[in-house]
Amino acid sequence: MNSSDSEEDSYNERSALVQSESPTTPSYNQDHDMSLPEETDTKRRRPVSSGLDEPVPVVVERERVATPDGEEEELTLKYGAKHVIMLFIPVTLCMVVVVATIKSVSFYTEKSGQRLIYTPFEEDPNSVGQRLLNSFLNMIVMISVIVFMTIILVVLYKYRCYKFIQGWLILSSLMLLFWFSFMYLGEVFKTYNVAMDYPTLVMIIWNFGVVGMICIHWKGPLRLQQAYLIVISALMALIFIKYLPEWSAWVILGAISIYDLIAVLCPKGPLRMLVETAQERNEPIFPALIYSSAMVWMVGMADVSNPDSANERQRGEGGARAQEGVESEDDVVQGGSRRYSAEEDLEEDRGIKLGLGDFIFYSVLVGKAAATGEDWNTTLACFVAILIGLCLTLLLLAIFKKALPALPISITFGLVFYFSTDNLVRPFMDSLAAHQYYI
Amino acid sequence: MTLAVFFGCAFIAFGPAFALFVFTIVKDPLRIIILIAGAFFWLLSLLLSSLVWFIAVKASNGAQDPTLHRGLLIFGVFFSVLLQEVFRFAYYRLLRKANEGLAAISDEDGLDISVRQMAYVAGLGFGIMSGAFSMINILSDSLGPGTVGIFGDSQYYFITAALMTLALTLLHTFWGVVFFEGCEKSRWWVIAAVVALHLLVAGLSLLNPLYEGSLPPVYGIMLLMAVWAFFSSGGSLHNLSALCTRKTQPYTRYIMNE
Repeated sequence: MNSSDSEEDSYNERSALVQSESPTTPSYNQDHDMSLPEETDTKRRRPVSSGLDEPVPVVVERERVATPDGEEEELTLKYGAKHVIMLFIPVTLCMVVVVATIKSVSFYTEKSGQRLIYTPFEEDPNSVGQRLLNSFLNMIVMISVIVFMTIILVVLYKYRCYKFIQGWLILSSLMLLFWFSFMYLGEVFKTYNVAMDYPTLVMIIWNFGVVGMICIHWKGPLRLQQAYLIVISALMALIFIKYLPEWSAWVILGAISIYDLIAVLCPKGPLRMLVETAQERNEPIFPALIYSSAMVWMVGMADVSNPDSANERQRGEGGARAQEGVESEDDVVQGGSRRYSAEEDLEEDRGIKLGLGDFIFYSVLVGKAAATGEDWNTTLACFVAILIGLCLTLLLLAIFKKALPALPISITFGLVFYFSTDNLVRPFMDSLAAHQYYI
Repeated sequence: MTLAVFFGCAFIAFGPAFALFVFTIVKDPLRIIILIAGAFFWLLSLLLSSLVWFIAVKASNGAQDPTLHRGLLIFGVFFSVLLQEVFRFAYYRLLRKANEGLAAISDEDGLDISVRQMAYVAGLGFGIMSGAFSMINILSDSLGPGTVGIFGDSQYYFITAALMTLALTLLHTFWGVVFFEGCEKSRWWVIAAVVALHLLVAGLSLLNPLYEGSLPPVYGIMLLMAVWAFFSSGGSLHNLSALCTRKTQPYTRYIMNE
């Protein structure tokens, strides 16, 4: 399945501003954010439930230039390592922000009695069986909410309710950029005992929020947009870390990576249907809620006939896209041939895209590893495991050249390494450190 | 137990590794990936060896007997060393296969990274991860309040830990270079020597807290390995003299640019 990756706005790229398609607020629902055609200016819909949004685990997209066959492989490989690093850096930054916050601001590790409405069952620390059962029930509730939302998304997309989706997305990002960041700032000030007056605070939050909305939903410099996406992913991850009960969080992480796998790869999976629908309509998919790592500059297009230019534009990256899985662009989506003439001064930096849902769940995993205990080794091990998982996912992307889920491999490695480091490696390393033996 | 101790030990333990990373690895994305994969392989080896140790401890009914506990720990140390070398070999095989595969596919001369560079990066990956796992918890403890050695242990815990970590990080780097070279040229005695030296270093660390017995010999071995790695990766006295006298010759070769 190929998803076309196109940014309607991409032909604006001559300027340094990158238009983003849709609001990037993560909707708590998952998985798909659809990207809709620019003309209609609709963006993905994000189911807004109670303001908790969770971006869908996303597809990583890779754009490839249309080249004659022999060159494609080489280009894929030539650009492979660079793209991996272009994703390593934001993922690392997001994780660093989350871990730094968890280790310093105690608010996010304090368990208040509150829970999200999606995890209604309380975990009773006294009985293991009961606790396990409740966490599975929580997981079922959460996943069904996600599936339900995804199906609604697919239905809305099929019936072209683009305005609805866009409005929802804007509401979600408003909440995230203003309210959650206000909470975060408040907690940071409390931790460091900084006195702050309300007028200054209002001004800070107002500026932060408005610039964020503009960058994410309209135009903004690429780096600023990326920074905002990283920040909102981190904020969302922190909310999850705080409000998901202990065992439920781990079970949900596991379940959501399985769901990601199913939704992207199965023929009847919602995400796959979404992608196919978008392809039939020749529309770009999921322009929002996806972190995009590069900008495309289209300089001097000789042939701007419709199919070609549509194709060319599709190669552009504009805004963030949220999508599940990893996708590499399919050049021949339109069936049209792309003219790539050497004498055209076409400068293109093919970027790669990763959905914000992936950022969020990676950070949740690492953040929870950091939250439980004094041990830094566990956090480090999870971090390396997630990066390697991402690397493998991108390798698979280069091989299969179609949409792939970005969560399963990384989360699996992360979970395996978390539990084994916490239970096996930690006592070993602690004993070694106590005696100062070195291996 | 102050910021000074924290920064001092952090810079001692990680300074050279960080400098190596910044000056040689950061610019090339492929090297970063190989570094992180190397760290991952080291982590896998640690995981497996911890599993074995854990099973051994549980099987012998725990750590009630301190000498038994210590004995099991020593067994764990040596087993872990052996497993690390096994994983280093496995990583070598993986890199070779990847190298061949990619060279076969692409028209241009494969990747522009040679096996020697991969050896260096892999060794550094092992070293950084090994150092991080040894040192990070100690560093984070050093930020908090406390008195070192209050129960009669050595006062020099932090600084010796940092020095040992530094030595091990660099040793892993040199072992990586020499090991891969030995595998390339099929010189099995080289591989055996690397394994033996690693076991020796681990064994020397068992002498702690008698730091005179562990640190100087380990540093000696490190210098020896540095020289060996230099010559095995193509360095020569001629190169060194050319470097020092700055002769502008087309033949000037630097280790990294092979």
